[in-house]
Amino acid sequence: MQVDEAGLAAHLDATLGPVVPAVSAPRALAITTSRLTRRFGSLTAVDRLDLAIPAGTIFGLLGSNGAGKSTTLKMLTTLLSPSEGTAHVAGCDVLQEAREVRRHIGYVPQMLSADAALTGRENLELSAKLYGIPRSERRERIVDALAFMELVDVGQVLVRKYSGGMIRRLEIAQALLHRPDVVFLDEPTVGLDPNARQAVWGRLRDLRSRTTTTVMLTTHDMEEAEELCQVVGLMHRGRLVVQGSPSALRAGVGSDASMTDVFIHYTGGTVAQEGDSRDVARTRRVASRLG
Amino acid sequence: MTLPGRAASQAALASELSIVNFVRQALAVAEAELHKLWRDPTELFTRSVQPILWLLVFGQVFSRTHAIPTGQLAYLDFLAPGVLAQSILFTSIFFGIAIIWERDLGILQKTLVSPAYRSALVLGKALSAGVRAMAQSTILVAVTMALGIHLRSGLAPLIGLVLAVFVGAALFSTFSLVIACIVKTRERFMGIGQVLTMPLFFASNAIYPIDIMPPWLRIVARLNPLTYLVDALRSLMLQGAASVHGLVFDFAVQGVVLLMLVAVAARLYPTVAV
Repeated sequence: MQVDEAGLAAHLDATLGPVVPAVSAPRALAITTSRLTRRFGSLTAVDRLDLAIPAGTIFGLLGSNGAGKSTTLKMLTTLLSPSEGTAHVAGCDVLQEAREVRRHIGYVPQMLSADAALTGRENLELSAKLYGIPRSERRERIVDALAFMELVDVGQVLVRKYSGGMIRRLEIAQALLHRPDVVFLDEPTVGLDPNARQAVWGRLRDLRSRTTTTVMLTTHDMEEAEELCQVVGLMHRGRLVVQGSPSALRAGVGSDASMTDVFIHYTGGTVAQEGDSRDVARTRRVASRLG
Repeated sequence: MTLPGRAASQAALASELSIVNFVRQALAVAEAELHKLWRDPTELFTRSVQPILWLLVFGQVFSRTHAIPTGQLAYLDFLAPGVLAQSILFTSIFFGIAIIWERDLGILQKTLVSPAYRSALVLGKALSAGVRAMAQSTILVAVTMALGIHLRSGLAPLIGLVLAVFVGAALFSTFSLVIACIVKTRERFMGIGQVLTMPLFFASNAIYPIDIMPPWLRIVARLNPLTYLVDALRSLMLQGAASVHGLVFDFAVQGVVLLMLVAVAARLYPTVAV
């Protein structure tokens, strides 16, 4: 379904909560980490990571396979406990207040996580119930979420018949249904064709411009980092090597440097030795499911 | 300041809400599974083939040999609840592979990042296994009727039978979930599933009474929850059959084992995602 601009604005308000006035008040921090570390045996996947991400920001975590991006996301979403250090998401400690953190976050894994054997609507209903959205609001929120993600016409269709871009939009709708403060997206556009990628970016930009929702995404795609993110952090071998706005990072490397140049500059241009075949298998599986 | 009475009532309300949420979350998981079953029920029929063969081939042949002492019961009558329990066991024991599949698809990670109670997620899966087993059991009970097995009639035994099938399926599917959480890969899971089913089946009273077993096997059979499921099913299904261990004891054993398994599975569940 195509929604005109006014209609979209109305859906946004209904789906995502009230529009935030564009005032430049000091913003609270949505995500903070202090010396956050995760070890697997002798391997230090994330090494003393310090982050301070203001609310309402789209933050991109870049890095090669095995750089520690996914492990960081797993710790921030409470799927994995840190070995050392602390992390707070939406003001709650990920270790001590894990359930509270889960109430305030949405998560879109890299894999296509919508249940293909259910319809789009049934996927949303399951999410709504797991997040405790009251029955009186459930229906309306689901209708609005489907409209916002332009999936109204296919709400009753099984997800296995969706295109890759439609599944991603459904998953983002699932992640936003309970109006989280922070949304984590693990490689949200991997394997999508340019049109589908633009559609996902469009929705995320709308989210940024109209709400205080903080988005943290991981990506390999330098164009995505440039187009979407206000701040990016580049991880290499478990450590955060540089952080800043894409334009500042480019300027720091050279007058006509691209984000790819920035990436190569800080990762030394080496082919990744970290990561394992599971990373590759996962990415290929997602790409193949996206057709 | 909040008055003590008011604080207590708020605490009561909060705990009531958390129970409501728990039930709602478990039912939501079960409902999603049942949507899938409703759309593609072929599995129910294909999984019924093996137990029907047990009744038609194994049961008919062993009825003629009169080799197994089953008291006043005809052997085919004695066998029918055992085969029903076997079909519950064989279907439920591979249930855990769905969790590994969901992990590989990212569905599990997304569920675990929600604030839902882990035990509600586990119980929801167990509930759906229970409903699945009930649908399958209906087919099997229809076959036993066609074979002229002397079934009990009446509402109370029927309710008891439905409950026994439900609890049995929930128990073994949760056991399967625990195994899936430990082994984590499909290949290992399939191997272990195959290894477990036959000992559980043969070290029970499903196809012969415990009395004719050697002493060591009797001990194993008494520790095997399947024995108590078969015992309950036998007394609830058949005319003239009494429970050896007592129906209350049968349900109590299974209930306690189920609760323990749900607690263990809820603890192990998040480890699958990593």
